[in-house]
Amino acid sequence: MRFCARDIPARAGVGLKAPHYRDILEGGPDIGFFEIHAENYMGAGGPPHAYLTAIRERYPLSLHGVGLSIGSHGPLDKEHLARLKAVEQRYEPGLFSEHLAWSTHDTSYFNDLLPVPYDRETLARVCDHIDEVQVTVGRRMLLENPSTYVAFRQSTMSELDFLREVVRRTGCGLLLDVNNVYISAVNHETSPEAYLDDFPVEHVGEIHLGGHAPDIDDEGRPLLIDAHDRAVDTAVWGLYDRLLQRTGALPTLIEWDNDVPEWTELAAEAAAAERMLASHAEGPSHAATA
Amino acid sequence: MPRLPDLQAEFSAALTQPDAAVPDGVTAPSGGRANKRFAVYRNNVTVSLTAALEDSFPAIAKLLGDEYFAALAREFIRRHQPSSPLLAEYGAEFGDFLDAFPPLAAYPYLGDVARLEHAWLSAYHAADAAPLDPARLSAIPETSLGEVRFTPHPALRILASRWPILTLFKANRTGEEGQPPDLSSGGESVLVTRPSLNVTLSRLSPGASDFLEALCGGDTLGGAAALAIEKTAEFDLGTALQTALAAGAFSDIRTPG
Repeated sequence: MRFCARDIPARAGVGLKAPHYRDILEGGPDIGFFEIHAENYMGAGGPPHAYLTAIRERYPLSLHGVGLSIGSHGPLDKEHLARLKAVEQRYEPGLFSEHLAWSTHDTSYFNDLLPVPYDRETLARVCDHIDEVQVTVGRRMLLENPSTYVAFRQSTMSELDFLREVVRRTGCGLLLDVNNVYISAVNHETSPEAYLDDFPVEHVGEIHLGGHAPDIDDEGRPLLIDAHDRAVDTAVWGLYDRLLQRTGALPTLIEWDNDVPEWTELAAEAAAAERMLASHAEGPSHAATA
Repeated sequence: MPRLPDLQAEFSAALTQPDAAVPDGVTAPSGGRANKRFAVYRNNVTVSLTAALEDSFPAIAKLLGDEYFAALAREFIRRHQPSSPLLAEYGAEFGDFLDAFPPLAAYPYLGDVARLEHAWLSAYHAADAAPLDPARLSAIPETSLGEVRFTPHPALRILASRWPILTLFKANRTGEEGQPPDLSSGGESVLVTRPSLNVTLSRLSPGASDFLEALCGGDTLGGAAALAIEKTAEFDLGTALQTALAAGAFSDIRTPG
């Protein structure tokens, strides 16, 4: 096989950004895996595919969709799903994930991950869409927990009950974004520790870490923005450490999508995650749940 | 309680209208006003699409300055939302929008510069193909040359302008200070190609854009040359063909029989 192994190791990876293509190919850094946004590799050809092919020959790859709009009431975009499948087949990624969010309405694409209410109607719609994705792409997907700024009065279940029910009905796995957990907990004034301790970690195939920006809401209360524009916050590292005590080492991605830093700064974030992973390499500490 | 389709319709409408009320049932944890919280989504849409346009149209951004570009992008986004998550395709109408935007009527070259930037991006993402080896054309007997037809390379784009768009493009995408445009140098026609990984922009000689458009439309070499001479007396077939072959404009040739 021309590609390196498909499996994603329980190590730290980073989101692949075009400014780093040359650093990676010329420097050959010791990174567990790279993750791509599927939409950046849906063009017919050119430099993105040439660089990604060369990187995929050397590193495991994870495929992360950002535009499928699984939480839309409307049908999935069949053309987009076909493009996603083509990227999956071309690059043979070890993991494949998308978001619990919507981004498309009628013919408009909003380029943001918009929140869904947690009720029976949305649950049915999301599960239908995940079934369609898994059948079309021909593999299990991981669904990522969202970061949100608002809630919906019509929600009738908790986010965790919603995710648990999606997993039960569709057989999909979960991508646990610890930065999203922290953002949502601060924004909704709930406990991130309680959320993490109750998360169905047995279904988690990957962890995301990223940076957020602080703001305040109408009433002057803290509002965190999921900006992916800076280093991982200390509070998020703390939650990650707490999570690893339950799960043991899992593939962990550093997301840094805006104000992308020099390669060395991004690599240092991955190294910090690797150190934490190494300290939990012996597996979950059952004392924590006993 | 709104059902999901109504909620998403209302949410979508409020995202793109700055003065719209926050949709019913969207709440803050206190149960209080969620105006600023909802505005985060509204802002994300505008800021992320503005960034996408700035990535795709850096010369326009440099010519106009960041502040003006951001305001202009907001107007464009309001009228042309992307219809696909493939943001490299977003902005196909940006050139036409600039042409028709009244406050920019004194800068009539902007539309063509934007079209050149869009062509550059579209060539960047075009399918890969090996360019035609010019030796294959040389091997054809002179008596049959007029009957040769060319297959355009997937990355080939042609832009003819009344304005010096190649000069403006290069001056404003080099990372140096934006330079005041010198419009006195006259119009430029540009051949956009990507023979391997790098997008190449070549200035075309007079009449060459008509000639290459005709070849791409399926005309024979003889037919396309005749058409170009008819439109432009000083058309030079040798120069036009050499420029196109050197730039990798074609992927194949066909001869009759």
